[in-house]
Amino acid sequence: MPLLKQGKVVDDIWAHVEDGHELSPGGCLTVTLGRFLSEHDQLLARNRSIGVRLAVRDDPALLAPHLDHLHVIELQFPKYTDGRAFSQAQLLRRRYGYKGEIRAIGQVLRDQLRLMIRAGFDAMIIDEADAEAVYDFSAHEFSEFYQAASDTSDTIFQKRQKKRQGEG
Amino acid sequence: MYRYDEFDETLVRERARQFRGQVQRRLAGELREENFKPLRLQNGVYLQLHAYMLRVAIPYGQLNAKKLRQLAFIADKFDKGYGHFTTRQNIQYNWIRLADMPDVLDALADVEMHAIQTSGNCIRNVTSDHLAGANSDEIEDPRPWCEIIRQWSTFHPEFSSLPRKFKIAVTAATHDRAAVRVHDIGLHMKRNAEGRVGFEFIVGGGLGRTPYVGHTIREWVAKEDLLSYLEANMRVYNRYGRRDNKFKARIKILVNELGVAEYTREVEEEFAAQHAWEKVVLPQQEVDRISAYFAPPKFEERAATSAALDKAIAGDRVFARWTKNNLRAHRVPGYISVHIALKPQGVAPGDCTSDQMRAAADIAETYGLDDIRVAHEQDLVLPHVKLDDVPAVYAALKAAGMASSNAGMGSDIISCPGLDYCNLSNARSISVANEIQALFADPEFEDEVGTLHINVSGCINACGHHHVGHIGILGVDKKGEEFYQILFGGRADEKAAIGEIQGPGLKHEEVAPALKRVISKYLELRSSKTEKLADTMTRLGQAPFKEALYASA
Repeated sequence: MPLLKQGKVVDDIWAHVEDGHELSPGGCLTVTLGRFLSEHDQLLARNRSIGVRLAVRDDPALLAPHLDHLHVIELQFPKYTDGRAFSQAQLLRRRYGYKGEIRAIGQVLRDQLRLMIRAGFDAMIIDEADAEAVYDFSAHEFSEFYQAASDTSDTIFQKRQKKRQGEG
Repeated sequence: MYRYDEFDETLVRERARQFRGQVQRRLAGELREENFKPLRLQNGVYLQLHAYMLRVAIPYGQLNAKKLRQLAFIADKFDKGYGHFTTRQNIQYNWIRLADMPDVLDALADVEMHAIQTSGNCIRNVTSDHLAGANSDEIEDPRPWCEIIRQWSTFHPEFSSLPRKFKIAVTAATHDRAAVRVHDIGLHMKRNAEGRVGFEFIVGGGLGRTPYVGHTIREWVAKEDLLSYLEANMRVYNRYGRRDNKFKARIKILVNELGVAEYTREVEEEFAAQHAWEKVVLPQQEVDRISAYFAPPKFEERAATSAALDKAIAGDRVFARWTKNNLRAHRVPGYISVHIALKPQGVAPGDCTSDQMRAAADIAETYGLDDIRVAHEQDLVLPHVKLDDVPAVYAALKAAGMASSNAGMGSDIISCPGLDYCNLSNARSISVANEIQALFADPEFEDEVGTLHINVSGCINACGHHHVGHIGILGVDKKGEEFYQILFGGRADEKAAIGEIQGPGLKHEEVAPALKRVISKYLELRSSKTEKLADTMTRLGQAPFKEALYASA
């Protein structure tokens, strides 16, 4: 399935290593939160890039002290109806200031892309043949938002305030 | 009434366009029903027993003549000439073709309406007091805050895939007409010790399979903290609410499994952790802009009584009865609020024909300052009518077949659509409601019984709110046969309580006769003519009424 990064299909250089499996010496690897927390000194010391795959129940606060060293955080949609990753993404971006990649994996539906982008996802693995076209369409289906979120678009409330100040 | 600006308008138009594309993909076979389901559900489209159903949002039950006429137009053009007003102040159409849905959404957008978040696991249409801005017991109008909550919750990027649906209700009155204690979050506007108006947060109430009265987790939250404190609650629920079993996924289960103290601690911790840039605080100018739409209309200075009305009452017993049951006090002298009871004998409660909608729109325009509300009792309400105009309003309602005199009375039954329309239902509701209504065919008898709330649900999902009826009726299926459990002692107001099941279920034809015995027992035992059935039950306990209920068996 294609990986989208900021709307463009890119090669996926990341591999996930399940608990109990050996880590390869180099490359870009994601591990579970539990493994990362218990082995982060060794993991970060080696000559490779490390990411973390959070389970939907995991608390992103536990990653807060390490965010500067992480390149990728994978958040999961076991089913499209399970929206816990939206809260995890918002917390990582807005509360803990994480700047690296947040990747959506699992059941990623095109009709949720807009919400994901707003919540702070900048990458997703999506089961669509023409992923870029789907992204372009879904990301721009709406031009107005009421809520401030992890993206930078002006909210309706901000636009109204600017309009008032322009008038004033 | 709130008016859309260009931003609100754009959003609703874009939504209609998006759904048109989704329906096209579905009709072209590009989208399977299982993947279409979450999309249509976020837009109020249900697949029912016979056809698709569309639920249209009526935010906090607020309508005007133009909107109501458009709802009538939709009923005529796309449905069978009627709609069904619901206990959540919305309207449902039961017979709309999927291919027509996008046109219906466009027609709604033409009058600043939509079907956004009327279903699905998201924050649903916010509900409120149908007498807001008219009643004499509120500290201020709650509708600006309802509108603010509507905007904040619309397509919220974090809270669109919650464990389960989420319902918020707001009241600002002493007497709670919005049932805030049986909502996921109920907000009761009140003053703190310094006299500032804020919100009591009541969390974890609800009906359905496991009914609970909500818990107050904070007595008072400042207006500027309203949305941030709501977000703290929503985030705790989104992260920790159960997702393993849809029947245990509502916030009431989380609150009760964690315990109120632990739930509250989680919310307070989340609220305290919010950075300044995470807070959702509207500029005061924006609050003022939205509030201005709800400024009181220009009421005339009028006498507190009306000779014309008194004369009409004296000359017509049927009219006199209607005024006694269907009028509610107004805070401005010379004005009154009028209940249009949509519960005539033999019709599904809440059903309204397109002709009736147009008649109500005309009446509201001529006599009601162009203001119409949907009440959670499935009635329409004209909040602002001059006392002098009441006889003319009555005459016009009578001509439209909308002059039922039973608002708040025994035959003013709240009922879900039941097995006749709903594929979740286990038993018929409307036919049971109709048989109970027949007990009150004699208006003198109905008046003798007085205020009585009877609620009927066709299954444990409790859309007829049977847990909070003074008498609640729940349809169940036992080996292919319909049975009805009877509950006593529920109420939805500020003394909210969950009714108790009395014993074995009754057969369909046994329900009305059994209720007749209960009502006779009440008339025998009440301390005075002014003691309501609910109060007699509280005073004496339920035992004598239970005995009467099963007396024939």
